[in-house]
Amino acid sequence: MRKIALWTTSTLAALGVLFGYSTSTGHTKDSLLAASVTATSTTSPSETSSGTRSSSGGGSSSSSSSPSSSSASSGTSGTYTGDAVMTQFGNVQVQITVKDGKVVTADAIQVPDQNGRDQAINAVAVPQLNAAAVQAQSANIDMISGASYTSQGYISSLQSALDQAHL
Amino acid sequence: MADTGTIPVRRPRDHSSPDPADHGSVMPEIVTRARVEHIMGMPISIHVRGRAADVERALPATEAVFDHLRLVDRVFSTYRDDSDLMRLRAGQAEHGTHPWLREVVELCLDAEHRTDGLFTAWLPSAGVEHRREFDPTGLVKGWGVQGAAEHLSGLSGVAYAINAAGDVVMGLGRDASGVARPWRIGIEDPRDPTRVATVVERVTGGVATSGARARGAHVIDPRTGHGIAREGSATIDGPSLLWADVWATAAFVDPARVARLLPARDPEYRLTRCD
Repeated sequence: MRKIALWTTSTLAALGVLFGYSTSTGHTKDSLLAASVTATSTTSPSETSSGTRSSSGGGSSSSSSSPSSSSASSGTSGTYTGDAVMTQFGNVQVQITVKDGKVVTADAIQVPDQNGRDQAINAVAVPQLNAAAVQAQSANIDMISGASYTSQGYISSLQSALDQAHL
Repeated sequence: MADTGTIPVRRPRDHSSPDPADHGSVMPEIVTRARVEHIMGMPISIHVRGRAADVERALPATEAVFDHLRLVDRVFSTYRDDSDLMRLRAGQAEHGTHPWLREVVELCLDAEHRTDGLFTAWLPSAGVEHRREFDPTGLVKGWGVQGAAEHLSGLSGVAYAINAAGDVVMGLGRDASGVARPWRIGIEDPRDPTRVATVVERVTGGVATSGARARGAHVIDPRTGHGIAREGSATIDGPSLLWADVWATAAFVDPARVARLLPARDPEYRLTRCD
């Protein structure tokens, strides 16, 4: 259980950095591209600053924060790949697809899968996490109110994704 | 869990792109930073919004919020035998109890009266039949978080929001009109916690939701003494988190009745139901 929690947190950190910038209101291709690049540079300190972060093990490694496609319509569109964040369980890397300035899909394109248990966890956790993050971002939500959740439930919650976006 | 860091990454949506003619002028960037700690078994998130320098200055005060909630836990926890509440219940309060206990007893009486008994802090004892025990947990959370938020109200130039396991309090510091915009509070879909059913917007005040999903049947119907097994949730928003929380609990017990009572008793509060 501990393992799920830590791993999920690190993925959220990666998602959060990307989504944080994707909510900037400069809806031009250049400004989102710039934001995306800035996200790359802020990932490093956020992952290594505190030492208490589960994902602080090795900081971030390789990155390719560039859009692979874009189209000029009412807002930015394209696919963006975030930093690969090294966690104690393996690398986590997230890719988001933006259409008209909103995140429409988020995929963990690199996740720890060293053993069967990792894969079983990922099969459940990644789709749930992606759905949560995309939904919260597309509605521009600041906070989540819901029936009381415990600290354990928080890890995979929408609120957790939002908190990460502000960290 | 310790402080998880404070790197600003998000600009608010109302921070419009500068006019091209204005390009290069100094426009103070509005940032939001978040801190999360787990107290009383709950995640507590504090978000502070403002100009970077104001937010920076505000951050030390967030520690006072967490300290306040740790004290609330020491006084009211039902999980520690040495809390003031548990000593009182055990008849071991000869050395006195924290003055908060008296304040909370009075608020619980007020809450029961205000909701026509749909909220009560005198719950059936788990051990002894036909006996009730004083358990103010359902009121202490909203009251405690609202009190803790006061530590931020004197700060200059910032807006803040605190989310304690799904109950949210929002406020403005001094001279903060420049950063005031509604916080958008997503109301969790009771059937699918990864989705938002609707959105409530407020600049200040509180939003509380009561439902059965997260902890099973944790809301007791005072009229029967049994847990409520029903699906769905009730959300109340209004000027104070304390009363939003009390009304949300009452509304989950009897939504139709609260829908009638609320406009008469507390017209500044609004009920949102999710089924």
